[in-house]
Amino acid sequence: MKRGRALPLIHGSAALLALFSLGATLWTGVEQRGIALAFGALVALGELTRWHGPQVREAAPLGAAGALSYALLGEDAGRATTHGVAQVISVVLAASLVGCVPHIARGRGGVFDHLARRVLTVGFAAVCFQPLYNHGTFADWSGPAYALLLIALLALTALCDAVLAAALAHSRTGWPFGPLLRDELRGMPGIGSAVGATGAVMALGVAVVGLWALPVFCLPLLLTQVSLRRYAAVRTTYRQTIASLARATEIAGYTPAGHARRVAALSRAVGRDLGLSEPELTVLEYAALMHDIGQLSLVDPVPAGATAGLPGAEQRRIALLGGAVVRQTGVDAEVAVVVERQADPYPEQPPAARIVRAVNAYDEKVRDAGPGGPLTALEELRLGTAGDYAPEVVEALARVLSREGLTLPSAG
Amino acid sequence: MEAVPAMTLLAVLYAGGEWLARRRFPGTFYPVLLAAVFLLPAPAAALVALPGALLSPVEQRPAWLRRVWRAAELVVAVWAAGRVFRALGGRDAVEASDVPYALGPAAGAVLAFCAVLTVLDGGILVVAERVPVRRAWRGLLLRSLAPVGVHGLAGLMMAVLWRSPYGPLAALLVLLPMGVSWWAFAQYHRERGAHQATIRALVQAVDIKDEYTRGHSERVGQASMMIARELGMDDERVEVLRFAGILHDVGKLGVPTRLLRKDGPLTPEERRVIELHPEYGHEMVRGISFLGEARAAVLHHHERLDGSGYPYGLVGSQIPESARVVAVADAFDAMTSTRSYSRARPVAVALEELERCAGRQFDPVMVAALVRVVRRSGWDPVVTADGVPSRRVPSPAPVSGRAGAHR
Repeated sequence: MKRGRALPLIHGSAALLALFSLGATLWTGVEQRGIALAFGALVALGELTRWHGPQVREAAPLGAAGALSYALLGEDAGRATTHGVAQVISVVLAASLVGCVPHIARGRGGVFDHLARRVLTVGFAAVCFQPLYNHGTFADWSGPAYALLLIALLALTALCDAVLAAALAHSRTGWPFGPLLRDELRGMPGIGSAVGATGAVMALGVAVVGLWALPVFCLPLLLTQVSLRRYAAVRTTYRQTIASLARATEIAGYTPAGHARRVAALSRAVGRDLGLSEPELTVLEYAALMHDIGQLSLVDPVPAGATAGLPGAEQRRIALLGGAVVRQTGVDAEVAVVVERQADPYPEQPPAARIVRAVNAYDEKVRDAGPGGPLTALEELRLGTAGDYAPEVVEALARVLSREGLTLPSAG
Repeated sequence: MEAVPAMTLLAVLYAGGEWLARRRFPGTFYPVLLAAVFLLPAPAAALVALPGALLSPVEQRPAWLRRVWRAAELVVAVWAAGRVFRALGGRDAVEASDVPYALGPAAGAVLAFCAVLTVLDGGILVVAERVPVRRAWRGLLLRSLAPVGVHGLAGLMMAVLWRSPYGPLAALLVLLPMGVSWWAFAQYHRERGAHQATIRALVQAVDIKDEYTRGHSERVGQASMMIARELGMDDERVEVLRFAGILHDVGKLGVPTRLLRKDGPLTPEERRVIELHPEYGHEMVRGISFLGEARAAVLHHHERLDGSGYPYGLVGSQIPESARVVAVADAFDAMTSTRSYSRARPVAVALEELERCAGRQFDPVMVAALVRVVRRSGWDPVVTADGVPSRRVPSPAPVSGRAGAHR
């Protein structure tokens, strides 16, 4: 999938589907208004409680679960439902739009991507289920078989959603599609499975007890959402604390201002280019932030904090000191390993340590050079690949830099 | 007899769940227990709890006695909840999938479950652990009602789906969101622990540089917390002030190690360099949003009420409250512990000295609070970061006669 072509394709097909469904629904009118209203309210509520932040896989789990259960709804308290694909999409779209209003008013971005994803995912589930159901194909299926069918459909829908999310992220950021898709798939057992299971339970629950199932089953999913939100919040503060700890070396005058943050941002970009997964990227980022922390144990600072120019033995000694400090911080032991091994020859290093080493050297080399600095620094790294810097990391660094126009990413 | 397969399946589920969640939070899989309450006759439901409770994790010894007690407690609670549910007519409602009606009996069952657990939990605390009667039951019921209530709703959905044509498979789906919720909760606790360890490490980084003050940061944190609590601040603010005390000297990381370790008097120039540490510290912690007003305390903990402090020379109420708290705690610990330049003074002498300087240097409200709480409960700080005993050096000439005028 080429970058740039996916975005109009996704938005265009979502808009087409939405327009067609709205037209069809207006033409035929809304069937079973009570049910449509109840599910619409649920989806709108889910969108209202949608939350924003980085590292959020499913921002509106309640909205997603409500929309999916409406798409897979076959009965209401024993009576067969009559709504079709067009109505499902129209109701979900209208409710999502209502729920998005406060978010748009507050000027938050990403609404169109979110809506397109929701419309296409729900459309997929509804197209798979509603025509066959209304045709009577599942009429003589036994209860458990029907439940299994819903689970299978939801699993397919989740796959479709993961592909969509990865394609959107790919065309927005230019990061490679493969690792993005792998990350999406790896995240599915978490909130993804909870959303899918809730969608199935709501569809089945409404079939058994009627619309009462909706409020009753909202609460457990809201609880899940609150737990996940708290988890995300504590991860954010943790990240801030580690970034501050990393700045200790700058304030102590051991390293130049912004060095740790620049190395972390660039390392992350290189790691992503090399296809590291999200947990691996977190380890890499923390290690890059704290890679110079060993210098705190030195009585006198290294000139300009430039460790790349020191003799190998001295580099390794500082790296070991840093690893010892990181171990005390209670951060994941993998981070300490990366910090410890950052000065080893690259064939013996774990991938993350190779990245930290090359990016650190790049940032130190580029700092003193003039306008041609980045190119000169890259050239020096390429020459050094024989022993110090891993060739594939240097190449990934070159790709990242050419993508960013050979400037350093400014924010951390 | 027809309840046996359902009972076995639920018991296995509960035991498996508790085993998976071991070492974390017992009670995570209450939805299974409550589904059993709503599905099975009371004695059968009680049996469902048995294997899981006997396998459940116990942290303190004697482990088996505690497991047996926990099992007995749960069996009684589940049985009572089952009786209440049946007495209120819940079973017929579940059979008929009449959810609005079943909500009432389910609420009754949840209440009975919580009440029995509360009575037994508090009772054993009083009898076996000699906890005062007043404290044993405080807040126990209210704290458990909300989570068990949500678990009850999930259990009710499980029971209804179980009895529906879709069968147990559909019922098991209910457990997935609950499981994810539990997972996120466990991750939250793990990450929070790691976060606190990192903050402690931030402080230890100062200790690496400034060996004389080992443990000082944590003790100041403790004293700040005591003052804040004595002033009746809410728990969240007390916690923030503890962090303020712990982190107040973090800016010393920016001061050259040679200066911090220098024995003997400092030149005016060296003194000025050391006096930069509040600003360095603020520069470090300002990006950590959860620290809130603790950040102001880091910047202003060397201000004095009469305006003769640094870095800004703020006067009186211009100084943030958090900084006034930390200033008193800092001076108190500086006086009662041995430094390179002064010997430790007795607690009573230090308190008198603080009272003497209240109004000019310190906020009298904070000083009075510290005096009250120390005279009442003593000063016996527990310091976890106190790894190596500090290097005691015979004190050279005092740097200054003023109280708490430490570096």
